[in-house]
Amino acid sequence: MDRIPILRMGDCLLVTIQVDMHDHLALALQDDLTSKIHASGAKGVLIDISALEIVDSFMGRMIANISAMASILDARTIVVGMRPAVAITLVELGLELPGVQTALDVERGMQLLRSSIDRSRANAR
Amino acid sequence: MPASEILPLRDEQDVVRARQAVRARMQELQFSLVDQTKLVTAASELARNAVIYGKGGDMTIEVAMLNERTAIRLTFEDHGPGIADMESAMTDGWTSGNGLGMGLPGAKRLVNEFHIESTPGKGTRVQIARWK
Repeated sequence: MDRIPILRMGDCLLVTIQVDMHDHLALALQDDLTSKIHASGAKGVLIDISALEIVDSFMGRMIANISAMASILDARTIVVGMRPAVAITLVELGLELPGVQTALDVERGMQLLRSSIDRSRANAR
Repeated sequence: MPASEILPLRDEQDVVRARQAVRARMQELQFSLVDQTKLVTAASELARNAVIYGKGGDMTIEVAMLNERTAIRLTFEDHGPGIADMESAMTDGWTSGNGLGMGLPGAKRLVNEFHIESTPGKGTRVQIARWK
């Protein structure tokens, strides 16, 4: 079965969704990502959705779920690269993705993730 | 370019194919990117409903003139259990399954025309259109 690859970069995981996702693929990503956070002790997850032409309620829920699950596993999630037309459509659809942090692109998302991880480390000391 | 096209909706791969077919047709007709995204998203919601709740069905894509504007009309038909409580089904956040309950009311907000008919025990037919 198809899988969306999850790359490890230091204490972060990077997911780039580059296919038109069917529902099982989205669910498999949710499972794979939570297992990988647990196994690797990752503190941050960056999900790049710049290749996604649409996000419907199912995919939106999957993104919100991943973010919530990662948070319970002590990892922050940032979703980057949402296309403007997708953002317009999501809000009209009624999905505003509460609790999901976003950034415009991978670079800004990585910076945000870095500073958020560093801050929580400093607080833990 | 045929006047209409019928695609089966049996499984989630068909949902992806339905999205791609709607997108391709809208690109041919040079709909704006936002129009394309809205109709493809609505199609994805309704196609998934037909697969999951309707136990399969089909989608018809047609090009039409509505109010003197070029429009794409999509009809989703299934022969599933139907919707007993239409008022609830059209309410944000209500779901009979494990969805978010945004499918029907959300899809309605993304299109210019929305008609739904359902007979319990017979099935559901949803017709939507978006014009330029």
